[in-house]
Amino acid sequence: MNALELHKKIEENAGLLIFGILLVSAIGGLVQVLPSLFQESLSTPLSGTRVYDAVELTGRDIYIREGCHVCHSQQVRPLVAEVERYGPYSRAGEFVYDRPFLWGSKRTGPDLHRIGGKYSDIWHEVHLLDPRQVVPESIMPAYPWLAERPAAGVGDIQAKLRVLRRLGHPYADADIAAAPQRLEGLREIDALIVYLQMLGTGLDADAADAADAHGGH
Amino acid sequence: MQRQNPEIYEDRVVVRLVQFSVLWAVLGMAAGVWVAAEFLWPTLDFGQFWLSFGRLRPLHTNAVIFGFGVSALMATGFYSVQRTSHVRLFLPGLAWFCCYAWQLVVLLGGLSLLAGWTSSKEYAELEWPFDIAIALIWVCFGIVFFGTIARRRIRPIYISNWFYGGLIIVIAMLHIVNSLALPVTLDKSYSLYAGAQDAIVQWWYGHNAVGFLLTGGFLGMLYYFLPKQADQPIWSYRLSVVAFWAFTYSYIWAGPHHLHYNAVPEWVQSTAMVMSLVLLAPSWATLINGVMTVSKAWAKLKRDPALKFIVLSLAFYGLATFEGPMMAIRSVNVVSHFTDWTIGHVHSGALGWNAMVTYGTFYFLVPRLVGAELHSTRLANLHFVLALAGTLLYILAMWASGVSQGLLWLSVDRLGELSFGFRDIMAGMRPYYGLRLVAGLLFWGGTLLMAYNLFMTLRGRRTVAVSPPPVAEPWRLERGAAGIATERARA
Repeated sequence: MNALELHKKIEENAGLLIFGILLVSAIGGLVQVLPSLFQESLSTPLSGTRVYDAVELTGRDIYIREGCHVCHSQQVRPLVAEVERYGPYSRAGEFVYDRPFLWGSKRTGPDLHRIGGKYSDIWHEVHLLDPRQVVPESIMPAYPWLAERPAAGVGDIQAKLRVLRRLGHPYADADIAAAPQRLEGLREIDALIVYLQMLGTGLDADAADAADAHGGH
Repeated sequence: MQRQNPEIYEDRVVVRLVQFSVLWAVLGMAAGVWVAAEFLWPTLDFGQFWLSFGRLRPLHTNAVIFGFGVSALMATGFYSVQRTSHVRLFLPGLAWFCCYAWQLVVLLGGLSLLAGWTSSKEYAELEWPFDIAIALIWVCFGIVFFGTIARRRIRPIYISNWFYGGLIIVIAMLHIVNSLALPVTLDKSYSLYAGAQDAIVQWWYGHNAVGFLLTGGFLGMLYYFLPKQADQPIWSYRLSVVAFWAFTYSYIWAGPHHLHYNAVPEWVQSTAMVMSLVLLAPSWATLINGVMTVSKAWAKLKRDPALKFIVLSLAFYGLATFEGPMMAIRSVNVVSHFTDWTIGHVHSGALGWNAMVTYGTFYFLVPRLVGAELHSTRLANLHFVLALAGTLLYILAMWASGVSQGLLWLSVDRLGELSFGFRDIMAGMRPYYGLRLVAGLLFWGGTLLMAYNLFMTLRGRRTVAVSPPPVAEPWRLERGAAGIATERARA
C-alpha cells in the first residue's frame, strides 16, 4: 500500500485520525522532554543548595501569589553582561527544590536570582511598600497589604511541608512540627524579604566554576 | 424512532458561544489596556491587591486565550463540524454543557487569579480544581466533536476537522501532563516537577498551547471559513494535508527555545532551535495555500469586510510564523529573550492573526446564523482600520523597546564594564509603553464596535433552522437507524 492509499484510510476513519495525531504529536515529547525528567544532573542539588525553610517557603508562596515572576526573571544567563550585572550565572542544580520553577519570561524589572544580600532588609521593606521612594524611576506596583497580613495566614504551612516531603524534599519531623512557631509574629512582608535575601546565595561560585571547567554541568 | 421533523443543525449553541467569545474579547482586552496603562502609571492599582499588575496580567491572558479564543474555537468548531459531516451535532446537550461549563471556568478561574490562586506557570496559571474541570470539559468537547465526525454522512473528513481534532487531542495531552501537581489546599498545589525539569515541561506545554490552540485551532477556523468566504476550494488539498502532519510533528519539539541560555541541557535547546526552523516550512505552506485560495477572489475583497479581516490575518500569520523561528535562533534569542520583543511577537500573533481571523469569521457567520444582513458594513470597515492600526502600532512599539532593551542590557564598554544601568534602560522605555497603550486602545475600540455591530445584528432574531443537504454519490456514507455506517468499504 503506498502512502496516498494509507492516507486515504486515515482521511476516512476518525479513529485512525485520532490515533495518528496522538502518535505524531507525542514523539517530540517522548524524545526531548521525557529523557530530561530522568537526567540526574537536572535533579541533583549543588553542595550549597538546600530546601526552603518554613519562612522562606512562605515568602516564596507570597512571591508567586503576587505574580512577581511576571516581571522578574530568576535566571542569570552565562553571558558577560549578565554575570557582570547580576552575579554568577544560574546552574540547574540550584533549582531542584523549586516547585514550581520561577525563571520567568520577561524582565520588566531586573533579574532576581542573585538578589540575596545585595540590599538591606529595610531597603526591601521600603521598596515593597513604596518603590519610588528608593528608586524614583521605578514602575513597580506598591504592595501595602503585605505589611498588614500575618505570614501565618498564607496557607497551612505544615500541610505544605508534608506535601513537599512526599515529593522528595528532605524535611525532618522536627522541621514540620516547629514550622507554625517560626511564622509567629511575622508579617507577610517579613517572610517575603527573608526569601528574597536567601535567593541565589546557595552557590559557591568558585567551586561551581571549577566543576564546570572539569566538564561538569 | 420515527422523526417527525427533518434533522436540523444545532446552531443555537454556536450563537451563544459567539456571544460569550465577544464578551470575553471586550473584557480581556480591557484588562490588557489596563495593565498597559500600569506600565505608565504604576499607581493605577490604587493599592488594591486585585488590580495589581502581577494578578491582572494573567487575568488578561487567560480571558483572551481561554475566554475569547476557546469560545470562538468551540463555536466555529461546532458550526463547521456539522456542515463538513452533514449531520446534526452529536449529543447537543453535552455541547451546551461544554458551552456553559467553560464560561463558568473562565469566570471563576479569572476571579481566582485576582484572589492570588496561581500555579505561576504561564498560560496554565489556574490552580488544580480548575485544571480538573478543564480536563473534564475538554473530554466532553472531544466527545461531541469526534462523535459528530463518527456519525458523518460523507466519506472524507475535511481538513478543518483535523486541525480542530489536533487542538482537542494535543491540548488535552499537554494540559494533563503539565498540570500534574500535589494539592495542599483548594487554592495551592506543588508541581510534580521541580526546577529545570519543571521549566522544560512547562515550555513544552506553553509553546504548544500557542501551537495547537492559537495556531492549529485557528487554522481549523481558517480552513473552513476562508474557502467559504472566498467562494473557492482550497488551492491544494494535498498541500494542506502534508502541512498538517509536518506541523503536528515538528511544533511539539519547539518549546525549549523559550529556555535558550537557561540552565537546561544544550541538546534540548539545540533540538528546539532546529525544529523551530523546520516549522517554518509547514507554517508557510499553509500561508501559501491560503493566499492562493483567496487570490481568485480579489474582487470580493474590496467590498467584504469579513474577507478583508481574514486576508489580513493571513498576512500577520505569515509574519508571526516567520518571526517565531527567527527568535528561536540562539544568537537572535540572546537579544530578544526577556524583552518586550517577545510581547510584541505574541501580539502580532494574538491580535494580527487570532483576533482578526476570528473577527472576519464572526462578521461572516453571525448574519448567516440569523438570516440577516450585517447591521453596518461601514462600522465593520472602520473596525478593520482600527484593528490594523492598533496591531501595527503595537508591534512597532514593542520591536523598538524590545530590541533596545536587548542590546542595551548586553552592551559592555572596552574595559568590560556595563555601558548602561538597568534603571536608565527601563526609564527609557516610557515612550514606547505610551504608544503601546494607544495601540491597545485602538484595537479595543474596534472590538467594541464589533460587539455593538454583532449585537444589533442578532437582536430580536431567531437562529435559522438549517438541514443537512444531501450528499452526492461517490462521497455518500450510508447509515442505519442507529447512525452506524452500514458499509465502510468503497464499492
